Amino acid sequence: MTTTSQPVGTGVTSTVVAPVAAPRPAAEDESGRPRWQRILFVVALVGAAVIFMLPFVWLVSASLRPREYVFAPGFLPTPFAPDNYAEAWQAMPLLTWLFNSVVVGVAAAAAATLSSAWVAFGFAYFRFPGRNLLFGLVLATMMLPFAVTMIPTYLIWNRLGFIDTQVPLWAGNLFGSAFYIFLLRQFFLSLPREYFEAARVDGASYPQLFWRMAFPLIRPALLVAFVFEFKASWTDLIKPLIYLRNEQLYTLPRGLKVILDRFGYGGEQQWEIVLAGSVIATVPMIVLFFLAQRHFVEGIATTGRKG
Amino acid sequence: MATTVTPSVPGRRRRTPLARREARWAYVFLAPWIVGFLVLTAGPMVASLWLSFTEYDVINAPRWSGLDNYRQLVSDPQVARSLGNTVYYTALHVPLVMLISLGLALLLKRVGRWQGFFRTVFYLPVMTPAVAVGILFLLLLNTQDGLINRGLALLGIDGPSWTTDPDWVMPGIVLMSLWSLGSTVIIYLAALQNVPRDLYEAADLDGAGAWARFRHVTLPMISGSLFFTLIVNTIASLQMFTEVYTMYFGNRQTQNSFDSDAASFYVIYLFQQAFQFLHMGFASAMAWLLFLIILIITAVQVKLSNRFVYYEGEDR
Repeated sequence: MTTTSQPVGTGVTSTVVAPVAAPRPAAEDESGRPRWQRILFVVALVGAAVIFMLPFVWLVSASLRPREYVFAPGFLPTPFAPDNYAEAWQAMPLLTWLFNSVVVGVAAAAAATLSSAWVAFGFAYFRFPGRNLLFGLVLATMMLPFAVTMIPTYLIWNRLGFIDTQVPLWAGNLFGSAFYIFLLRQFFLSLPREYFEAARVDGASYPQLFWRMAFPLIRPALLVAFVFEFKASWTDLIKPLIYLRNEQLYTLPRGLKVILDRFGYGGEQQWEIVLAGSVIATVPMIVLFFLAQRHFVEGIATTGRKG
Repeated sequence: MATTVTPSVPGRRRRTPLARREARWAYVFLAPWIVGFLVLTAGPMVASLWLSFTEYDVINAPRWSGLDNYRQLVSDPQVARSLGNTVYYTALHVPLVMLISLGLALLLKRVGRWQGFFRTVFYLPVMTPAVAVGILFLLLLNTQDGLINRGLALLGIDGPSWTTDPDWVMPGIVLMSLWSLGSTVIIYLAALQNVPRDLYEAADLDGAGAWARFRHVTLPMISGSLFFTLIVNTIASLQMFTEVYTMYFGNRQTQNSFDSDAASFYVIYLFQQAFQFLHMGFASAMAWLLFLIILIITAVQVKLSNRFVYYEGEDR
C-alpha cells in the first residue's frame, strides 16, 4: 500500500496540465474538492482493489503449500511445495485437457468471428426488404434463455451421432452469434460507403468487398469478438458436461470439476491438487486478458456483454 | 448503445434490377444466420414446446401426456424451492452488483492516470473460469479455516457456516457473485465518462452541491446504462448455473455433503431433470416457465424504464 499517495499526486497534476480553455476538467474531478477528500477516494479504491486481489493471492499461495498447510493462516506459501503442480500433472491428464481447451476455443472463436462478420456485413451494407425486422430478431435472440433450446439441440447432435465428440462445443458457432453480429455491424457501419461503391464500379464482387476491404478494416473489432468467444469457450462447463463422456476429450473446466469431485469431495482430500488445477485453468485467461486488454474493455463498453 | 445510421445512404430506393440483385446478395450474407436461427433457435423452440407436453427419456419415443408436466411443475416442491432460491439470489445479487459497481466506477473516474490499473484489478475475476471461481470460494467460505471467516474474526465477528448452514448458503453464493462484477464497473465507467462536462459546469452555476449534481446530472445521464445492466444482470442471474453446480452438485459425495436443497437453483434442477433423470419433457416445461418469467420481468423493467430512463435527444 506504499502507492497510496501517488494516485493523489497524479490526480492533482492532470488537473493542472488540463487545457486553459476548460477551466475544470469534469472527467477527472468535477469540483475543486479538498485534498483530504481525494485522499479518501483513493484509500477507498485501494482498499477495494486489495479485497478483489486477495482471493487470487490466496489461491496461488495455497496451491504452493503442502497438503496439511493449505488452510494455514497468512498469504505466504510457506512451507513451499511447488511439487503440487507436478503431482496434479501426474494425477490427471491436465496437458490433454489444456490442449483440448485450446483447440475447442480456437475453433469456437474462429467460427463465431468469421460467420458473425459475414452476417454483420450483410446487415450493414445491403438495403433489402425486412432488414430491420430481421435485425430486431437477431437482437431478440439474445434474451432467449439457453435452457429453452438446450434439450432439442442436444437431441439434434445426438441424432447426428456427435455425442461424445467435441463438435457440438463449437460447430453451432458457424451460424453467427447475435452479440458479435451486433458488435461487428456497428464497426462496418462506421466505414465510408463511398469507398465500397467505388470498388463496385471497378468491378469488385460483394464477397470481394467483404473479404478484401471490409474484413481487414475492422480487424480490431474482429479481435474483440475472437477473444470474447475464446474466453467464453474456455470457461464453459455446461456444454462439456452435456456432450462429453470420455475424459480424454474433456476441456479444462470439465476436467477441473472431475478433480474437485475426486480430490476435494471423494475419499482422502487432496486440496493441493484441486488448487493447482484451478491455477492452471486460470492463468491462460489472465495472460489473454493482458495481451488483449484494450479489446476486452472496448467489447464490454460496446456490447455490454457479461464477460 | 445508440445505433449509427450510415449517413451517405439516400432514402428509400426504387426496386431497380440492381436493387433486386443487391437484395439477393444480402440474403446470401444473411444465410448462415437465417439457417442457424431456423435450425438452432426457432426449430428447437417449437420442439421444446412440443416436448413439454410429452414424456421423453431419449431412449423411448416421446409419449404425449398433455398438461401433466405443467401440473407437476406446480406441485413439485423442488421446483418451488429452486425457483425461490433463484429469485432470492437475484433480488440480492442484482441491486448489490449495481450499487457497488456504481460506487467503484465513481471512484475510478477520479483517479486519472491509474484508472487502467484499477480497472484491470476489478475485471480480472471475470476472466477466472466459473468452475475455478466455485472451487476458490468453496474454500474461502470454509467455516473454520476460510479466508472470509478469518477476516471476519479480525473484526471480532464470528462468521457463519457459509457452505453448510442452509440459511447461509445463499448469502455465501451472493458474496461469491460480487467478486465478478467487473464488466458492470466498466460499463458504468464508460457511461460516466460520456457525461458532457458542460452539464456539470451549468449545475455549478446553478449552485448545485455534490449530491444535487449526482442526483440531477450524473444519474439521469447514465440511467440508460443502469437500466441496461439491470436487465442483463437479472437475466443472467436467473440462469445461474456453473459456479453453484461446481460447488454443491455433481457426484454423490458432493450432493451428500450437506442439504443440497439450499443451493438448488432453477437451471441446476432443470439440468438434473433433463440429463440425470432423463425427464426431457418435464425439463422442457421448466425451460418454458423460465422463459415466461424472464419475459415478464423484462417487460416490467422496460415499462418502468420509460419513466426513469433518459435517452439523449429525446424530448422531455
